[in-house]
Amino acid sequence: MSGQLLGCALLTLSAVAAVIIARTDNLFSAALLAGMSSLLVAALFLSLDAPDVAFTEAAVGAGVSTIFFLTTIAATGRQYAYAPSRRVPGLVLAAATGWLLFYSMLDFPWLGDASLALHDHVARYYIEHSAAEVGPPNVVTSVLASYRGLDTLGEVCVIFAAGVGVMIVLGRFGHSGRAGQSSRRGEE
Amino acid sequence: MESLLQAYHHLAVVFLMMTGFYIMVAYDNLVKKLIGLNLVQVSVFIFFILMGKVGGGSAPILAPGIEAYANPLPHVLILTAIVVGIAATALGLALAIRISRACGSLDDRLIAHLERDED
Repeated sequence: MSGQLLGCALLTLSAVAAVIIARTDNLFSAALLAGMSSLLVAALFLSLDAPDVAFTEAAVGAGVSTIFFLTTIAATGRQYAYAPSRRVPGLVLAAATGWLLFYSMLDFPWLGDASLALHDHVARYYIEHSAAEVGPPNVVTSVLASYRGLDTLGEVCVIFAAGVGVMIVLGRFGHSGRAGQSSRRGEE
Repeated sequence: MESLLQAYHHLAVVFLMMTGFYIMVAYDNLVKKLIGLNLVQVSVFIFFILMGKVGGGSAPILAPGIEAYANPLPHVLILTAIVVGIAATALGLALAIRISRACGSLDDRLIAHLERDED
């Protein structure tokens, strides 16, 4: 009960941060508020018994992604997003979609109900057998590295592809990058 | 009371997601759109972790004397999703930098205008 109250408070704070992000035209403060909102969500994950996810969200969501946004703002030298031009269609779309989502969520099972089918099949198997079959006491580690190791390999492939993509897009591939820049200078 | 708190959790998740969606639709600035996309991602993460919660349970780290654990499966899925999300954001930001270099602007209406002029 007290955990749910804490969760409500954290969610309220991050919702307030989201509203300020939606209203501000300063990109710098929007990026910092997004990082703060991620940190609040990391605290929420900790209160929902998900310490691994909380660590990752605090490091990646609040740390790395804020650095990426700030780097982009510095590299483009553009700190202001001018007032939204599609405010009314945006509000109408968001309100309609939000109402549909919330209406369908009213049918969802109770938070923390241990008798859900969701908690019965593979989840129960992982908790009961991972110590004997894999070893580490942390079940999330066992699932990530062993039972679902192929998924993690796919994740690594995605990160690799994104890294290569960023290098190609920014033209940091040594020769070809310089060639691209000189050809663009030629056009100018 | 319990049902009110539960409805509040879901309402907040939907509100966060729709705020991000509104930012993506309403603003012209590409970096601002990516910040909105990040908000949508975070709200999906919260929704999954809420589903994995087990009342009276503890974190899924095996220890003697603990009977109930949170569901580890959503945790694993969201760990992967967070990392994939940051990879997608990084690629989007790189594209934004490249567009800004080529067009001198991050405003998608202005960029569409420039493209029409070239045709």
